Amino acid sequence: MMDTLGPAEWTAIWLSLRVALVATLGALPVAIWVAYVLARKSFPGRQLLNGLVHLPLVLPPVVTGYLLLVLFGQQGPIGSVLYQTFGISFAFRWTGAALAAAIMAFPLMVRAIRLGFEAVDAGLEDAAATLGASRGRIWRSVTLPLVLPGVLAGAILGFAKALGEFGATITFVAAIPGQTQTIPTAIYGLLQVPGSEPAIVGLVIVSVVLAMGALLVSEWLARRMAKRLGKP
Amino acid sequence: MISVDIKKRLGDFQLDAQFEVPAGVTAIFGRSGSGKTSLVNAVAGLLRPDAGRIAVGDTVLYDSTQKTHLPPQQRRIGYVFQDARLFPHMTVMRNLTYGGDHDAERVIGVLGLEHLLTRMPAGLSGGERQRVALGRALMCNPQLLLMDEPLAALDAPRKAEILPFIERLRDEVKIPMLYVSHDVSEVARLATTLVVLEAGQVATVGPVGTVLSQPATVPLVGVRAAGAVITTKVAGRLLDDGLTELAFSGGRLMLPGILGVLGQTVRIRIPAQDVILAKDRPTGLSALNVLPVTITQVEQGRGPGMAVGLLAGKDHLLARVTRRSALRMELAVGQQIFAIIKATAVGPEDIGR
Repeated sequence: MMDTLGPAEWTAIWLSLRVALVATLGALPVAIWVAYVLARKSFPGRQLLNGLVHLPLVLPPVVTGYLLLVLFGQQGPIGSVLYQTFGISFAFRWTGAALAAAIMAFPLMVRAIRLGFEAVDAGLEDAAATLGASRGRIWRSVTLPLVLPGVLAGAILGFAKALGEFGATITFVAAIPGQTQTIPTAIYGLLQVPGSEPAIVGLVIVSVVLAMGALLVSEWLARRMAKRLGKP
Repeated sequence: MISVDIKKRLGDFQLDAQFEVPAGVTAIFGRSGSGKTSLVNAVAGLLRPDAGRIAVGDTVLYDSTQKTHLPPQQRRIGYVFQDARLFPHMTVMRNLTYGGDHDAERVIGVLGLEHLLTRMPAGLSGGERQRVALGRALMCNPQLLLMDEPLAALDAPRKAEILPFIERLRDEVKIPMLYVSHDVSEVARLATTLVVLEAGQVATVGPVGTVLSQPATVPLVGVRAAGAVITTKVAGRLLDDGLTELAFSGGRLMLPGILGVLGQTVRIRIPAQDVILAKDRPTGLSALNVLPVTITQVEQGRGPGMAVGLLAGKDHLLARVTRRSALRMELAVGQQIFAIIKATAVGPEDIGR
């Protein structure tokens, strides 16, 4: 299988992994915070925030990609500020692919983590408060350990989504080999070239292996955590 | 001294409760939905009242006029929840010491937790969980202990397993408690003071013996649950028959079982519906306990029943009869009659220290 994948394909695989990992790790803290707020707080505009978070899930990915291009392009209102103050550029770079993947994976992560928060009995936090624990300590010692299975599920789901993101990525940053060409865009590109079936099959197998691997790792971690929580 | 004055609107429900009680065990009694849990949550700091004042001893926990509202962390109040609320990801030992390790060895010993320390909460029985929750609250060295129906989720044998622990806390540790319950037997056994809540308001408050012996309390606690509580001393044992003789100011009572050693104080609750009244000393009766009493009060109930307050010596008893028999017997305040109490009327759950 290895020799069916040329250097271009390997580049796409490594880039995909990097993009998905950066997207997941970057989005995770924000997703945890948003999920917590949605699960536990009531405030005006809660439904608006909820809708905004879920927008990438229901919009056509091409539309999301186009909006990213408008907002985060070098002339865009957010993109220009980021470029001028931090020198961060998204347009047609792998960082842009990571941003697109993160935005697309975000709703899935928030949903899973929110379920996790809703499964944590808020009464346990009350109990910790009556035992004298500060809010920070309650968060660290009670809430976070108990919500960890949900966070993990969200992260794995987000990673898988980021790995497979196609529409928004290709619209926002195109598919430049070595820069923004991930596994899905590489497969799509190869489909246009006659005689590249072996490379396509190779990339498809890699995709399946990565997805299965992510699932197995999450299963294993979930079981370990369940054991720690004392569940049979 | 615990003083509570809480006004809190919760949807359609209005909690508007004021009472002041001495240290000791105060039972908060009422039907479900009467505001018991909201009241203790406000004392714990988990629920912020709309107005009022809450103080334990000299410590003001909440005062709406001075905008004082101590967070739960600063109140030093132990809270034992109905559902225990142990942290599922921590061992029993880590649960116990989460808030502190005050007097750890003694607490573990008193509650019999030695063999549970390395276990996880998921593997504990309901009774064990409540004991751990109680220990965890005590190790914070609280100035007040709140218990929200800690035994409600347990079956009778588990209840019987925990009640002696709570009695020991009351008698040995002498920690003040607010004990929420809707079980009169529990209240009669544990409490020194009784607060009866009805629809968010304090219907009556006072020493448990006094409140439960008042005919006016009968509709509040329910006709089946009504009954006086008296404090007696073990005066003798009838070993052949398996009976214990208890003495109190109104005479002697014989009850089944071994209720304690000679001279020991025993609190018993005599259900009002199990007290029979007779105008003349009855003869040829199977009941063992016949006490001469004076009628102090005759109260019309909500249904066909009447509650009759009785004085036996210096202790108050309560009887429940139908209006029909009250009229036929021409019961009146000041009348000298006889109260007949069947020895088996007082169940084991009605007997405490």
